[in-house]
Amino acid sequence: MNWKRITVTVALLIPVVALLAYGMTLDPRALPSTMPGKEAPTFDLQVMEGAEAEERAILAQHQGGVVVLNFWASWCLACRSEHSALSNVASMYEGTEVQFYGVLYNDVPKNAERYIRNMGGQTYPTLLDPGSRTAIDYGLYGVPETFFIGPDGTVAYKHVGPVTEALLVEWIERLRIPTGGAS
Amino acid sequence: MIARRFFILLFAAALAVLAAPRSIAAQQPAADPATEATVKRLASELRCPVCQGVSIEDSPTELANEMKSVIRGQLQEGKTPEQVKAYFVERYGEWILLQPKASGFNLIVYVLPLIMLLVGAGFVYRTVKRWSAVDPSELPLATAGGAGGGTEE
Repeated sequence: MNWKRITVTVALLIPVVALLAYGMTLDPRALPSTMPGKEAPTFDLQVMEGAEAEERAILAQHQGGVVVLNFWASWCLACRSEHSALSNVASMYEGTEVQFYGVLYNDVPKNAERYIRNMGGQTYPTLLDPGSRTAIDYGLYGVPETFFIGPDGTVAYKHVGPVTEALLVEWIERLRIPTGGAS
Repeated sequence: MIARRFFILLFAAALAVLAAPRSIAAQQPAADPATEATVKRLASELRCPVCQGVSIEDSPTELANEMKSVIRGQLQEGKTPEQVKAYFVERYGEWILLQPKASGFNLIVYVLPLIMLLVGAGFVYRTVKRWSAVDPSELPLATAGGAGGGTEE
């Protein structure tokens, strides 16, 4: 038995096997997110339910506050499971520095309005994103995706998939700047 | 009768497709041929976030279409192809590039196959050399009375 040959073979194979084993622990479908920690891309979008024509939502108007930006579509099944969580938590923070926005992705307002009616309403505005420019600016892969933008204007966290009330509240409270009054 | 009904339905469907509102990307006027060639090239180098195994040039999704529109718009604004790629890398990570950059950990993708090829070639060379170094007299078929062309007297 040639021990030298065996030793050399094993020595060459170990790093290869280790690399392959590491690769097996990774989820090939897990997509990288580069936005957290970066300045949130600015947006200036038309509000779908705008009472006045051309009512717009501008990110810069919320400096110092927390913005929850949720990308959704009426054809998105997973979006249905998070709809009530988003509406409920948005209601909880109404009148505070926390602002919820829905951004309609690859859809038409007529379908979105019907969806909202069927789901029992929505307590925050939905914005129109023609050409998916804002979606691409935020590095969107699909829907639903939710971005939490902190008071400093950076993206604090990106959540892929449906959000829950607990997750929404956790991240909002993490980002809110404490004030003198009770929250 | 059924065939006639089928063709009427097919014709109606074709009319509906043609009359359907086009996406903003489809409505965007094409750039000059040189720019379009660059759009096509860049789109072939970027991965579709939805259909992840194909480029945005080959992907049929609306998002891929919109991303091509972004490429076209940025090139028309005067940005270089490298700046356009950097825009997408900043938002999606290096994963968005179909061909990973040859730097850092990514070098393994480029270097490892070459190393394995050399190791394999070395193994094959040594094995063949060892086989060809065997003394023919040690081979079992070389003994006297073995199968051969000689005839007995």
